[in-house]
Amino acid sequence: MISYPFDYVRPESVEEALEHLGGDTKILAGGHSLLPTLKLRLSAPDKLVDIARIASLKKIKKDGDEIVIGGAVTHREIMDSEIIQKHLPVLSEGAAVIGDPMIRYKGTMGGSLAHADPSADWSAMVLAAGGEIVIQSKKGKRTVPATEFFTGFYSTALKDGDILIEIRFPVPEEGTKMTYQKFTQPASRFALVGCAAARLPDGSARVAFTGVADAPFRDKGVEEAVGDWSEATLEAAAQKAAEGQNINADHYASEEYRLHLAKVYCKRALLQLVN
Amino acid sequence: MSFCVYTFNPAAMLTENAPILPKTERSFDTKSITLTVNGKPRELNVMPWVSLLDALREYIGLTGTKKGCDHGQCGACTVLCDGKRILSCLTLATMKEGAEITTIEGIAPSDTDLHPLQKAFIENDAFQCGYCTPGQICSAIGMLQEGKAHSREEVKELMSGNLCRCGANVYIIDAIMEGIK
Repeated sequence: MISYPFDYVRPESVEEALEHLGGDTKILAGGHSLLPTLKLRLSAPDKLVDIARIASLKKIKKDGDEIVIGGAVTHREIMDSEIIQKHLPVLSEGAAVIGDPMIRYKGTMGGSLAHADPSADWSAMVLAAGGEIVIQSKKGKRTVPATEFFTGFYSTALKDGDILIEIRFPVPEEGTKMTYQKFTQPASRFALVGCAAARLPDGSARVAFTGVADAPFRDKGVEEAVGDWSEATLEAAAQKAAEGQNINADHYASEEYRLHLAKVYCKRALLQLVN
Repeated sequence: MSFCVYTFNPAAMLTENAPILPKTERSFDTKSITLTVNGKPRELNVMPWVSLLDALREYIGLTGTKKGCDHGQCGACTVLCDGKRILSCLTLATMKEGAEITTIEGIAPSDTDLHPLQKAFIENDAFQCGYCTPGQICSAIGMLQEGKAHSREEVKELMSGNLCRCGANVYIIDAIMEGIK
């Protein structure tokens, strides 16, 4: 498989990268979603702008009461990061169930979010962890909460000329618990259904799904139903999973089966947070 | 260069403008890159869309690395890049400018000896057709360097990116377990 021809540039800074954007340009980070689409000739950009070596996008840091993951940080770097393991272990554990080891060395969190595959793992985790996406364009920077970032099937708040430069997370309060549970599509290892959940010290919940609908989403119905986190309320909450969503169906899973999985994995995720 | 006639010649597809140009008759510049492959510096002039896999096979002539699915599903093209296992089919050669690449041809200690994992694969009959083997062995070397695989279950999980359609997986795991000892 050979893609349509394209030019390739590797800028050294975000500012330089922004100069290359515009026209029929695509941003290249790990390339593990973009290059297959190019090889299958589903897309034909004129130019790829490789941001994988821009130093400012490769950092994981604690910035006050926020954890910041650079736009070109790989799954593997998140898995191995001491900062992430200490403050947001759910991301480190979640990174370990993405694809396979080779994919984790190249694929990036920023690339995955920008690509917005409806079955990608990060989206649910970023939603449940209360993440925000920092976007830079020539006009400046703006911050979009994850809840407003995913706008539909492979669609996000990113516009032409934008680069996703950071993902920011609040450092969880003492006593916060988070988990990510997924039913793995055995061939692709994407999430046929994935549920990320957080239990905050005040007893409230954040629950997000991927793989269920066209776009990942926070599930307010479940969040409001967790009540006192007793087995009975959690069962009732899980039964509300994906209520009101337009549930996907494909040759891997029917609508009915996906909904069933959403309830099962919702309950598994919530039960993980009980003790 | 200008418009290019469609051809079935894969080498031409790699070196000239890819055929069936969708839009313009515009030209594209080759990229001059240096890769260190199995310890030897290699200077290449490649089109931007040439994958690391094609650079290794078609430009350098190292055909040990195999092209299976060519889009990141099978792991046959696994090589070591700066010591880490990566998929050479989903990597553009230009992205790896300056990197150190190790392929199956570069793992044996000498021309007359084999890498311990190569020996273990032979002793355990860890292949049938052998097409996935270079990728399996490079991936296993990468995995052993990561140092996270201890049990058989862990090896199975951490080798999950390398498929064997003959079904020799049981013996592949046996061979790798021997490598861990």
